[in-house]
Amino acid sequence: MTAETRDKLGRPVIAVTGIGVVTSLGVGKAANWSKLTGGVSGIRQISRFPTDWLRTTIAGTVNDVYRDDMSPADLSERVALLAGEEAIAEAAIGVKGHFPGPLFLAPPPLEIEWADRIKMAEMAPADADPAYPELLRVARNFAANRNAFKFGIIGENLAEKFGTQGSPISLNTACASGASAIQLGMEAIRRGECVAALAIGADASLTPESLVRFSLLSALSTQNDPPERASKPFSKNRDGFVLAEGAAALVLEDFDHAKSRGARVLGILEGVGEKSDSFHRTRSSPDGKPIIASMRNALADAGVAPDDVDYINAHGTSTPENDKMEHLGVSAVFGERIRGIPISSNKSMIGHTLTAAGAVEAAFTLLTLQNQRIPPTINHSVPDPAIVLDVVPNVARDAKVRRAISNSFGFGGQNVCLVLTLEPA
Amino acid sequence: MNARQEVWITGVGLITCLGEGLEANWQHLARGDPPAYDDKSFAPYVVHPLAPVNFDSQIPKKSDQRQMEPWQRIGVYAAGLALGDAGIAGKPELLDTTDMIVAAGGERDIAVDTAILAEARKRGNANSFLNERLMNDLRPTLFLAQLPNLLAGNISIVHGVVGSSRTFLGEESAGVDAVRIAHARIAAGQSELTLVGGAYNGARWDVLLIFEQAGALLKGEFSPIGKRGNSGGMALGNMGAFLVLENRKHAERRGARARARISTVRSDRAVRQGGDIEATLRRQWESIAAEINRERAAVISGASGLEPATSAEHAVLKEIGLPIRNTGTYIGHGVEAQFMANLAIAAAAVERGKLYPAGGPADAGAGPSDLSQVVVTAVANWRGEGLALIERAD
Repeated sequence: MTAETRDKLGRPVIAVTGIGVVTSLGVGKAANWSKLTGGVSGIRQISRFPTDWLRTTIAGTVNDVYRDDMSPADLSERVALLAGEEAIAEAAIGVKGHFPGPLFLAPPPLEIEWADRIKMAEMAPADADPAYPELLRVARNFAANRNAFKFGIIGENLAEKFGTQGSPISLNTACASGASAIQLGMEAIRRGECVAALAIGADASLTPESLVRFSLLSALSTQNDPPERASKPFSKNRDGFVLAEGAAALVLEDFDHAKSRGARVLGILEGVGEKSDSFHRTRSSPDGKPIIASMRNALADAGVAPDDVDYINAHGTSTPENDKMEHLGVSAVFGERIRGIPISSNKSMIGHTLTAAGAVEAAFTLLTLQNQRIPPTINHSVPDPAIVLDVVPNVARDAKVRRAISNSFGFGGQNVCLVLTLEPA
Repeated sequence: MNARQEVWITGVGLITCLGEGLEANWQHLARGDPPAYDDKSFAPYVVHPLAPVNFDSQIPKKSDQRQMEPWQRIGVYAAGLALGDAGIAGKPELLDTTDMIVAAGGERDIAVDTAILAEARKRGNANSFLNERLMNDLRPTLFLAQLPNLLAGNISIVHGVVGSSRTFLGEESAGVDAVRIAHARIAAGQSELTLVGGAYNGARWDVLLIFEQAGALLKGEFSPIGKRGNSGGMALGNMGAFLVLENRKHAERRGARARARISTVRSDRAVRQGGDIEATLRRQWESIAAEINRERAAVISGASGLEPATSAEHAVLKEIGLPIRNTGTYIGHGVEAQFMANLAIAAAAVERGKLYPAGGPADAGAGPSDLSQVVVTAVANWRGEGLALIERAD
């Protein structure tokens, strides 16, 4: 029996053997990476629905994938499928329709769409108020939607198409969801339950209502013109995030299993840390303790020190609150050395892909390690004097990156940090 | 992490239509009192409304209560009961490392939806004013109440559980998988202490609408599980159910007692073509059959009342031949929360060493006088099959 590769805590090493990405920049890793390192923005004027009355009229939509008849559930499933197919093809694992491990999916929450609700109301008798009891009377005519709005539907359909094993897990930790999906896959392999897992974050749920909801929380940028300049993480004039769509898939695999079948190891998920915040429903604890703890827990889980980190893939949403708190957090974790660590935000170009973000940005962090090239934080023309960070302003940079962390902080106080590297320690 | 750790249930929080707390629920069942349901408020649908609960006792700040829809208040309340039962409520040194997995859905603002639909009817073109109405009518706090992960978020805020926070989505399977992952993490040494649970408010029009599209609801007269026939369906419940799962050694170190041991959790996804549910459930049963002492064991079924899943499950349970209870008759179907509610009732049963009286045509057997094991099933209404083994912790 060959020697087993183990991490510093004696656990199986988690390799990444397949990566797939879809964002507003395009479909697939190649298209995304060239634009991401070229400083190209995917943020545009919204064309999918009228934007009258809306304070924010821009988004990072997946226009290359969207077709007119697609609901948010359809589109989210489609981008998840495209990302998953790319990742599985690269990993060359299993056979088509049979993935040898479980699925961990971070989908958007689904609800009956306004279009359907209004169609039902139109069928109600003319003399009745089209309230919910009336909708229920005609609901059986919409049997085609029988499972369309159930939270498990995207996971169910993907499990069927990819042939993943066991019960597909759909999860939500708000803007950290994609990272949580990866974490669940890492934990399952570490427990020895499986040798491979498919982790997908996917969110293509832009609707008037989703936009309005975030708008009412004052979370969105209202600098609509020009759209590509709106997302400006860590800048003094940042005024909110830009809602966006996307998906990423990672094939996670026990390192020894990957090696034994001759798979190419694209990177290593060395550690993951989480910590939740009890301060407020949408704001971080002012002392930053939970986000600091999530980073420290991740480094401890990887068995590495802050000095071992060469790059930080920021959560960097471009909201006044997040970027201030993230600056506070990384300053506490990395001390004086933070001034010398490049930290950039992919969201400056692709916007905030919500439940997909943790997975999309983990994928981009892996590409950063592979290519030894750091994507920039674009739109950085008015630095915030209160935030002294090397944000890799505006232009990509070649750099020696041995190890990186990727941060994800969610509404509801859910914080996750991943530690990624190229080779087992 | 090779040696598997024993997992105890050291805290239970349960509120349903039968009452507040595990004891009240158990007493209702043990007395053989009739089910508590409401066939008027949402007629023709039958629901099981929540028993009276004083939310102030677990959610003291009115400002917190105002920022939650009912399903979140129910869940935060039940989570508080579980933490109190486990002796960790108000103990930051323990709550700081308490992990949390919640199975959740969401809840809409019915009043806003209704007003917009009425106007759509009058104006004839919804697109022209939908944005305007949404901008004016939606309330930011209630958007947060719609988000599934904000039940866990509110538990962090109100009770201070901050080790970690994960929310699973996807109806009954979300509940089964939440318990499965919580159990597996503790068994493997990835967690010492995990709060796991769910909450469901079935007494609302928006969720009835989702299930009515699938024709999945019980209509007209109430009848117990097993008597609803082919055109039967689910009577949705109102419930919050949380469990504190804990590494036995951790519990013993702090002097906590076990209500029960949770030995096995299985979760599968059958394709659900002819015979798949039965085959999956048989396979799950076979994986634990050797550990079952047939003289001292029973089954608590989570059958929803919807066909064909309910009959398929009952056919396999009949083959197995242990005493059976269907809690759905009494507490209704609580979707994401149902599995945890049934684990709570199973824990009460093994702790007391007895089953409650049978209460419907699908219930069977009197139950042993020294019950020590309960198999809890969760054959979901449209996808997912789960099973757990709860044992007396000696």
